[in-house]
Amino acid sequence: MPVMTYLDALRQGIWEEMERDSSVFLLGEDIGAYGGAFKVTAGMLEKFGSERVIDTPVSESAIVGAAVGAALMGLRPVAEMQFMDFIACGFDQVVNMAAKIHYRWGPAVPMVIRGPAGAGVHGGPFHSQSNEMWFVHTPGLKVVMPATAYDAKGLIKAAIRDDNPVIFFEHKFLYRRVKDEVPADDYVVPLGQAAVRRAGRDIAVITYGAMVWTALEAAQELEKEGLSLEVVDLRTLLPYDEQTVLASVRKCNKVILLHEDTRTGGMASELAALIAEQSFEDLDGPIVRVTAPDTPVPYSPPLEEYFLPNAQRVAEAARRLAAY
Amino acid sequence: MKGEAFSSDLWTFDFQLSTVNRSGTRVLPKLTRAQHHDLYYYLRLNRRVDEQLVSLYRQGKVAGGVYSSLGQEAISVGAAYALQPQDVIGPMIRNVGAMLVRGYRPRDVFLQYLARQDGPTGGREANTHFGDLARGVIAPISMLGELVPVLAGVALAAKLRKEERVALTFVGDGATSTGQFHEGLNFAAVQKLPLIVIVENNGWAYSTPVEKQMAIRNIAERARGYGIPATIVDGNDVLKVYAATHVAADRARRGEGPTFMEAKTMRMKGHAEHDDARYMPKELVERWRRKDPLLRFEKYLAQKKLLTAAEKAALDARIENEIRADVAFAEGSAFPAPLDAAQPVWA
Amino acid sequence: MATRTSKARAPDATTLERMLYYLKLTREAEWRIDQVLYRQGKIVGGVYVGRGQEAIAVGSTIQLTPDDVVVPTHRDFSAFLIRGFSLREMFANWLGRADGPTRGRDGSLHFGDMRRGVVAIISHLGSWCPVACGVAMALKRRGQGNVALVFFGDGTSSEGDVHEAMNWAAVMKLPVVFMCNNNAFAYSTPAEKQFAVKSLAVRGPAYGMPGVSVDGNDVLAVYEAARQGIARARAGGGPSLIECKTFRMAGHSAHDAAEYVPEKLLRQWARKDPIVRLEKLLRARRILTRERIREMDQAIRKEIDEAVALAEASPLPEAASTPQGVHCGADCWWRKTSVVRSQQSVAGDHGPRATDNGR
Repeated sequence: MPVMTYLDALRQGIWEEMERDSSVFLLGEDIGAYGGAFKVTAGMLEKFGSERVIDTPVSESAIVGAAVGAALMGLRPVAEMQFMDFIACGFDQVVNMAAKIHYRWGPAVPMVIRGPAGAGVHGGPFHSQSNEMWFVHTPGLKVVMPATAYDAKGLIKAAIRDDNPVIFFEHKFLYRRVKDEVPADDYVVPLGQAAVRRAGRDIAVITYGAMVWTALEAAQELEKEGLSLEVVDLRTLLPYDEQTVLASVRKCNKVILLHEDTRTGGMASELAALIAEQSFEDLDGPIVRVTAPDTPVPYSPPLEEYFLPNAQRVAEAARRLAAY
Repeated sequence: MKGEAFSSDLWTFDFQLSTVNRSGTRVLPKLTRAQHHDLYYYLRLNRRVDEQLVSLYRQGKVAGGVYSSLGQEAISVGAAYALQPQDVIGPMIRNVGAMLVRGYRPRDVFLQYLARQDGPTGGREANTHFGDLARGVIAPISMLGELVPVLAGVALAAKLRKEERVALTFVGDGATSTGQFHEGLNFAAVQKLPLIVIVENNGWAYSTPVEKQMAIRNIAERARGYGIPATIVDGNDVLKVYAATHVAADRARRGEGPTFMEAKTMRMKGHAEHDDARYMPKELVERWRRKDPLLRFEKYLAQKKLLTAAEKAALDARIENEIRADVAFAEGSAFPAPLDAAQPVWA
Repeated sequence: MATRTSKARAPDATTLERMLYYLKLTREAEWRIDQVLYRQGKIVGGVYVGRGQEAIAVGSTIQLTPDDVVVPTHRDFSAFLIRGFSLREMFANWLGRADGPTRGRDGSLHFGDMRRGVVAIISHLGSWCPVACGVAMALKRRGQGNVALVFFGDGTSSEGDVHEAMNWAAVMKLPVVFMCNNNAFAYSTPAEKQFAVKSLAVRGPAYGMPGVSVDGNDVLAVYEAARQGIARARAGGGPSLIECKTFRMAGHSAHDAAEYVPEKLLRQWARKDPIVRLEKLLRARRILTRERIREMDQAIRKEIDEAVALAEASPLPEAASTPQGVHCGADCWWRKTSVVRSQQSVAGDHGPRATDNGR
């Protein structure tokens, strides 16, 4: 089975969907002739032509809006935000147009907005954001964030086949750093399902995106100390897999909620509320959150290092919780 | 497809750049010898800072990206030089030259790119995302077009307070496609604000050529839609840019409202140092190299005997010394302490 | 742009009569909405009518074919009727009923139906313009010469999305006709405070598309300008901008007394009423008699009475239905026919067209 990077897996997934369904098309800035700022769409213009791989003006609002219009007409657009930070420029189209059409007047809006998010590459405040919660908080959307190459391909295919607007966050730090065995054939990873990356007994770590790897790193370290971490990768943030989360909490009785996103209003706060509501009796210790602080993502390496949760911080939190 | 010529029956947008106004008064003061030297100094300083940044990048010392201003210096320098101390600029990533004219030193730029604590943002922000109200510089963000409404707001404040202050912002050809650009310009026009918008048409927005960005040939045509007088200048001629900006600022100070300036130039390299720009036709770039703004100005100064070889050598040496000292200073500067990241986000 | 399309082709007698009918129907129906039902407290939420501006939607939308698409605003009541929405459906939506086109989930004219080629707007002004571009991209790809017709107002023209859409449509040469309803006021903001140009038609060439300004109260002028724009789009000539100058004869909404509008202007524009003008013309050309027009008026009143009665008798939606249909899934709350049919259309297979949405 071929081994490929997260980025190559994404490309393959999009490529296969383009081949499979002629209504799928791509639009975004620099995605055609340039192959995309991160080369996710490299080769696609040559293969599929300029009608299906469209280089747009600098107009995020129009990119999202046009995707909505095309989706209403039965096409399946995949719109790229060069950096997911720039989705803010088209925010209204996402949350008021795309998200609410089906609920309000019926037609499905089958579209995907995808792009690189996340920090760790010295991108500074506007090339490093984790703004998933703006969209998790918007009914009508689906929000996905793969952590592995296998999932990158399977989830992008599922997202493209979904009849709803899907906001697909790719973690730029993982693009070339994460490799996996990725089947060369057609498979999907269903939306709305979490995956247990590592089975454990003592503490459940619920996380997603690049932090899955941070959690695994911490787990490996703590294994030597006899502390067993279970790592759950949410994969989809909206709708998220409550069952798997609660099952892990029931099993381990202690939980750490981990994300790269800032603290207040982050996914951890949603999960903490769910767990407290539904699994109160299962808890043998307080719910712990490990997140970034409530600041913009800073540029300078020591500042960014401070900002990002890392394996040591997760391990420290785990040791404290284990001792409770 | 190339933009098509449009019918001018509804509006004539060009205004003649004249150094003498209707009553015969000289609008544009003649530049002194010393001012010519200033312009040369800043052009060359911009060029050398840029080259130094590229060098640092290639040595792996710059944490993020480097976005060159090679070939576009005349726009930054000529425009900024035409302003007065109380004016405010909103630069973009290729306007380091304007920031230098406004009083930033090479070391500020190096400290910023090298992400050091003593840099203008203490390491929090990258490339030209820094500013200082004392120097009249408003920092950009990465999202294009967004400075236009902000600088319109600066102009609004000036108008409300009856100050003789002008706001000036640079945008690229790509940025003119954004809704922000539109809303800011329309607002400035209907409010008759003292705003100058300089569009640096360098032919490319990352890999997107202007023909894929818009269906018009000259970006100045956009100004017609707002009722803003527009002009097109040779962006590689520092004196033309200077003159046009001076006239525009003059208009603004007299309460005549905003001016739109399209400065034609060429992006000589890729979008950033990590972009090899293989999509750019090499002959096009070579053609523009012959119009290099620094070389042109040097030739002009030599012809008009405004800069002797000795004077030039002295200025060049001064620049080299500054750069050498500032790079060393920046490289020797401390990184910020990690805890600085958690400084309060509110004032 | 010197693309002077074929000589002006005036609408035939049937079309003229149809246009008068829609103008009158719109005027009467909207009167019933903001002067009667609203005052009786029967309408939930804000009420927006397009009084005095009816010629703009009528003169343009009437020229569309079934496979074209229109994106009408709250001032374009007639566009929905022309595309096949019934009066009953429209009143049902105003009254928030379960069998209205949004099942009570959105009010006023925020509804649509892809089978009838109507895209719904949202309240955020101008946001529907890029959507119209996306529709046009699909139509262009379909390759059958269909067009997208989209409306927006003078106030809306200041929105960034309108700029992005027009630039986009021009550079991609899309089959869109942009109809600008310049009715002189955006809520309380007069046009002089909205932009610094006398006519928004100048924005056409500023993007690289033809721009023209017409008397928005002359349905024949609107018709001709729209005809040219539609023909241009169908022929692959790209988008056009048509500014229709008119006047907002009612307030921004029913709760707005619009005291800021100079009485003099209202009187001036009342003398240019689009319905009166068309009636005069049709009688002068002996296309319609006074008698026939009276019959038309009576028939319209009856239609409206019936539709209002039906709508008022309709049930309100069940509270428990609120959380349903947020996502479109296998057990979709709404039928997915819109996606399926549109996909068929794009692929070239025209299935049977629903004459009614079957509700």
